[in-house]
Amino acid sequence: MGIRFVLMVNKQGQTRLAQYYEYLNIEERRTLEGEIVRKCLARNEQQCSFVEHRNYKVVYRRYASLFFLVGVDNEENELAILEFIHLLVETMDRHFGNVCELDIMFHLEKAHFMLEEMVMNGCIVETSKANILSPIQLMDKAA
Amino acid sequence: MALSGMRGLSVFISDVRNCQNKELERLRVDKELGNIRTRFKNEKGLTPYEKKKYVWKMLYIYMLGYDVDFGHMEAVSLISAPKYPEKQVGYIVTSSLLNENHDFLRLAINTVRNDIIGRNETFQCLALTLVGNIGGREFAESLAPDVQKLLISSSCRPLVRKKAALCLLRLYRKNPDVVNVDGWSDRMAQLLDERDMGVLTSSMSLFVALVSNNHEAYWSCLPKCVKVLERLARNQDVPQEYTYYGIPSPWLQVKTMRALQYFPTVEDPNTRRSLFEVLQRVLMGTDVVKNVNKNNASHAVLFEALALVMHLDAEKEMMSQCVALLGKFIAVREPNIRYLGLENMTRMLMVADVQDIIKRHQAQIITSLKDPDISIRRRALDLLYGMCDVSNAKDIVEELLQYLSTADFAMREELSLKAAILAEKFAPDLSWYVDVILQLIDKAGDFVSDDIWFRVVQFVTNNEDLQPYAAMKAREYLDKPAIHETMVKVSAYILGEYSHLLARRPGCSPKEIFSIIHEKLPTVSTSTIPILLSTYAKILMHTQPPDQDLQSQIWTIFSKYESCIDAEIQQRAVEYHALSMKGAALMDILAEMPKFPERQSSLIKKAEDSEADTAEQSAIKLRAQQQSSNALVVTDQRPANGTPPVSQLGLVKVPIMSNEKIIHGQDQSTGEQVVAHTNGALTIMDPQPPSTPSPDLLGDLLGPLAIEGNTGIAPQSDPNMGSGFEGGTNADALAIAPVEEQTNTVQPIGNIAERFQALCLKDSGVLYEDPYIQIGIKAEWRVHHGQLVLFLGNKNIAPLNSVQALILPPSHLKMELSLVPETIPPRAQVQCPLEVINLQPSRDVAVLDFSYKFGTHMVNVKLRLPAVLNKFFQPITVTAEEFFPQWRSLSGPPLKLQEVVRGVRPMLLAEMVALFNSLRLMVCPGLDPNANNLVASTTFYSESTRAMLCLIRIETDPADRTQLRMTVASGDPTLTYELKEFIKEQLVYIPVPSRSAAPMPPQVRPTSPPNAVLDPGALLAGLL
Repeated sequence: MGIRFVLMVNKQGQTRLAQYYEYLNIEERRTLEGEIVRKCLARNEQQCSFVEHRNYKVVYRRYASLFFLVGVDNEENELAILEFIHLLVETMDRHFGNVCELDIMFHLEKAHFMLEEMVMNGCIVETSKANILSPIQLMDKAA
Repeated sequence: MALSGMRGLSVFISDVRNCQNKELERLRVDKELGNIRTRFKNEKGLTPYEKKKYVWKMLYIYMLGYDVDFGHMEAVSLISAPKYPEKQVGYIVTSSLLNENHDFLRLAINTVRNDIIGRNETFQCLALTLVGNIGGREFAESLAPDVQKLLISSSCRPLVRKKAALCLLRLYRKNPDVVNVDGWSDRMAQLLDERDMGVLTSSMSLFVALVSNNHEAYWSCLPKCVKVLERLARNQDVPQEYTYYGIPSPWLQVKTMRALQYFPTVEDPNTRRSLFEVLQRVLMGTDVVKNVNKNNASHAVLFEALALVMHLDAEKEMMSQCVALLGKFIAVREPNIRYLGLENMTRMLMVADVQDIIKRHQAQIITSLKDPDISIRRRALDLLYGMCDVSNAKDIVEELLQYLSTADFAMREELSLKAAILAEKFAPDLSWYVDVILQLIDKAGDFVSDDIWFRVVQFVTNNEDLQPYAAMKAREYLDKPAIHETMVKVSAYILGEYSHLLARRPGCSPKEIFSIIHEKLPTVSTSTIPILLSTYAKILMHTQPPDQDLQSQIWTIFSKYESCIDAEIQQRAVEYHALSMKGAALMDILAEMPKFPERQSSLIKKAEDSEADTAEQSAIKLRAQQQSSNALVVTDQRPANGTPPVSQLGLVKVPIMSNEKIIHGQDQSTGEQVVAHTNGALTIMDPQPPSTPSPDLLGDLLGPLAIEGNTGIAPQSDPNMGSGFEGGTNADALAIAPVEEQTNTVQPIGNIAERFQALCLKDSGVLYEDPYIQIGIKAEWRVHHGQLVLFLGNKNIAPLNSVQALILPPSHLKMELSLVPETIPPRAQVQCPLEVINLQPSRDVAVLDFSYKFGTHMVNVKLRLPAVLNKFFQPITVTAEEFFPQWRSLSGPPLKLQEVVRGVRPMLLAEMVALFNSLRLMVCPGLDPNANNLVASTTFYSESTRAMLCLIRIETDPADRTQLRMTVASGDPTLTYELKEFIKEQLVYIPVPSRSAAPMPPQVRPTSPPNAVLDPGALLAGLL
């Protein structure tokens, strides 16, 4: 079914955003996040951006202190997901202006709204930054 | 730092962030949860703004990994708030916290529907997203028509329609009937003409799901997909906002090419030509550029194009162009490209006839096996495994062996299994095969499963030429300072049989062989000692004329172990001691082991199940069939042996049999199926072995020594008991014993077997009952853990004494029973918790050995505990889009196994569906287009496999309900096998045995210690 989860984790391993597209209970989430984060954070720049873990393939990318991890099944195009992460970051950049970990922490709801505009039911819905951001801009205006 | 709209939320987030450690964080979170809980309790005072704030806090806490088990109602109630901000929070938090089975979700269904059919676009979007993310079957039934209407409506704006498309996808997965195929394919085709890129992107995802399930209905959409590709790749006809680093939506291109891979072929010549034009352009026109993002995006498209070309079976020229490209990729510096190059080359191996071209890259692939990145090493290993054949096996296997010593822990098991399979399958000569396996044991003994070393022994036994060589090799390994226990086993076994062939070599006199093997004895576990004792007996026999000194040494050892606590060791010691006193007669009794009947290796068998669908026939399988190396052809089998080839696989486990073994108390720790032997069987030199088939290889190897292929189960209750029974009658006689006693026993109330069967399907009930006691059981299963409680109820007005409960767990379960009191007071009930951890998949069953004394009567029962395989299943519905890719990716044995099952008890398909569902194998209707088939899925949990998805397909024959074809797939070979056998048992097993089958009476033993208990025949009768 494509994307199973999107995680944002800082380099201390603290989760900053977690969105799952299949239901896992809290215990399963904790274990999964722990395992995956440990695996990915231990890797270096010379290693590829894909990590196989259980039934998932994790495609990840690091931006400064923040890791973006996307769990997919075997049927996804890895590079397309890798660039999808970058699209997400560029979109956040456009909204926050040079996005950083704190932006995501303190505007968790906005990060969620953006992601929700981009991914639904594990599939990519929208890739135009203008379209992704328009509901948030409307909200900001109303506020 | 601009604060979020909610000050309280920001403060909380800061507080949590400033916590110095996890403990402080937990305190802060607990405090907040307490606060929210109180606020929610007197809800009346809460403004929507406050509700919104608290609900976000809950989501934040949940994200941190804390359980939030309240406030769900508040989150759901926000959905019906009139204002957008509250409503939005309600929707988002609800879809994060709840799942589709949550009761509260039902409460919202009306509001959600009103939002969907209402006129407010933003509300529509929110509602569609929620349903798209967590909508269940109920939503599918009540909302599908509305969602469809939105998707195809011309008055609806794209921002709503794109969400409707993915919402419909969700509903379709919950209930495939929501998309009526007849009318729908035309609409789907229209959707693919869509101009808006958002709508087109999400419609393409919907389309992939539909077409992966049933491409036949969507042929008319195929040219549309090609048009989309042309539009994107050739005309670059997309708005600026949808190009990514100059590339027209790479995501849509990739998705579209993926959709095309679900059509078996492209027949229309014009469409085919247009498509190949696009593909050729992608293949030729993708250059490496400096910008990383652009490079990745263009290569995403390129790799998808490669996959599509392979799928379409293009002309040879284009194919070799693809291999050339991949060959280039696996050598580049950029690790992502290297990884994908290897991955796609493995895929290519399976679909196209390009092995020879790929082989040219072998050296490079072997280099990748040493890559610093484990992800890449895994891909390289897979590829090497796939491309191995007779011509390159030596090189590849030797590389794997070399790598084994430095390989990560995580990869060693897979690596050694693969090396063993390849060595066996493609061995150019048998001595090489022996070398490889011994090296494997030497370098990674912990990861070499028993069936690997059993297989070597088989080959050696069956090939006389090989025997001196193997003996010499075994002798060499014994010189190493520290060797793995498996090496001790295999070399002791081989030297016991064949060391006399080496006698003239230096260091190989019987005495020297004995002392070097005996040196290892203090280091080995109890499972190895019986093998060593056999070896000593054999050495003694081969030493002619007898060496008095050696003899007295060995006799001392035998007499030492005659009082060993381990029954198997004790028995062997007693028997060997007695036998070796017989002098020359020993020669006849301890003769060399006969040849093994030709038996396919379990590993190869798994790798070679030829009945698989041709579509799924992988290159590996095909080649395995074409080129069977001499390793497979074990010559000179002994048909006279008459052992029916019951167990093709090395490690066949018959659960009931293992129960017996366990009850024997033999070798509980390893769970190995040690076959005990009787004096009777040993003294009778019957050239015709009893008809009892050997249960498995283990039986062959660890069984009695020299009897012509006699590995029949003829166990022995008391080592001191005189000989006299012939194997078969012995068992019979003993089996009858408890039945005769039946008249004056305590009769169980109800049928024990039926009770067990019932408990296999439910979690609480009565396990056993007789006039004095009732044993109830209640279980809770979570992932691979089980919490059982045994309720021991005394039904009398007198106490039950000497109560003892002993758990005999199979090797795959870790079980801990809390203390059971020795006395149960009158009319009292005692609860004894029992913890179960499932370590690995297995069908073996745990047994509760329960006894108590009532008055002068000692009652003892052995009860199977319902900690069975299906308890560790978590039913899961998969959609077509989840199912098929998984199904395809598990391309064949050992991960996917197929078998035609005969003798199925006839049942209607609906009954079978009910049976599967009750076993927690969730039947997913609609996945298989053939109504006579059924497809089921589940998740299996164990410590070794973790959560593992299992997929099952049953093809029934309406004309003959007694047979069916079953295919089982999972990511773990043992699991696949065990699950297949488990289902088979359920299908052929008749759960209600006839009353006459004498339920096991508890044995009342007023006086003497047990004697009949150890007989498997009796136990079998008892347990069934």
